[in-house]
Amino acid sequence: MGLDSWMAEGAMTTRVTDLVSWSRKNSMWPMPFGVACCAIEMMATLSSRYDLARFGAEAIRFSPRQSDLMIVSGRISLKMMPVLGKIWEQMPEPKWCISMGACASCGGVFDTYAMIQGIDRFMPVHVYVPGCPPRPESLIDAVIKIQEIITTERANRAVSA
Amino acid sequence: MSLQDDVIADLKARFADRVLGEGSHVGQRWLDVKREGILDLLRACRDDHGCDVLMDLCGVDWLDKGMPERFCVVYELVNLKKAEHVRIKAWVPEDDPEIDTASDLWKAAPWAEREVYDMYGLTFRGHGDLRRILLPDAYQGHPLRKDYPLVGHGERQNFPRYGL
Repeated sequence: MGLDSWMAEGAMTTRVTDLVSWSRKNSMWPMPFGVACCAIEMMATLSSRYDLARFGAEAIRFSPRQSDLMIVSGRISLKMMPVLGKIWEQMPEPKWCISMGACASCGGVFDTYAMIQGIDRFMPVHVYVPGCPPRPESLIDAVIKIQEIITTERANRAVSA
Repeated sequence: MSLQDDVIADLKARFADRVLGEGSHVGQRWLDVKREGILDLLRACRDDHGCDVLMDLCGVDWLDKGMPERFCVVYELVNLKKAEHVRIKAWVPEDDPEIDTASDLWKAAPWAEREVYDMYGLTFRGHGDLRRILLPDAYQGHPLRKDYPLVGHGERQNFPRYGL
């Protein structure tokens, strides 16, 4: 009765968790951790030609407290690891992490004493992007994958933020 | 005669008991010396031959290469007025890896010596602030030694985990 008349005027019903997930996935704020050549591709992804704004993730923030998507693009050394870990811990929940490129994912060609062989050895990673460096299309694909993760997995989780 | 010929001839004459030998490569000559009294030689280069800049100070590990000693510390000096280089190599034994610091002669020395300490484990007497400069403070070992394993001693695996 009353609901039907509302629906006729263009309203729709949904669950709160779905609504929250929908708004989260379309307005991700990336924290760019650009430490190597992958960062160049990340910048290309953000700029006009590839335009990550089409997927709602153009609001790059260099403050971890304002962002919810960590993009680790580049090699992480033993000395950089505590920096990355601290920045990751400063990001408020909910948060996601993209490991961009071979170095961040597995150490890449840098199989040496100073390099972490993949950031998943000390922090969670939700999507890996292969490539050395990956093309912008690959990073966009990873962002879309993160959006899928947000809509599927996180919708069932209690809103913790 | 170029500056390096002057310096090498002069040092060989004045410090004959400390000179181990000399060499040259693509026209660049160097003097191999003992580590004892290295500061006297360096001071002579600076004060008597105008080598006012310590362009570089680095270590080399000559493990099993039949050199006089295992380690050597290379001093690359520059005379800015003549725009010429002079190279001194001081040899440091493996069982007592220690040499006097050059930080009283050139302000550029302390950081370079910290790097040599960091990478090769050579200590510099009288340095005053001999900490690691590139690697984390808690790092074990000196990775540019030739007998150091390429993938490390396990320090890549043993570290704290965040959010896991």
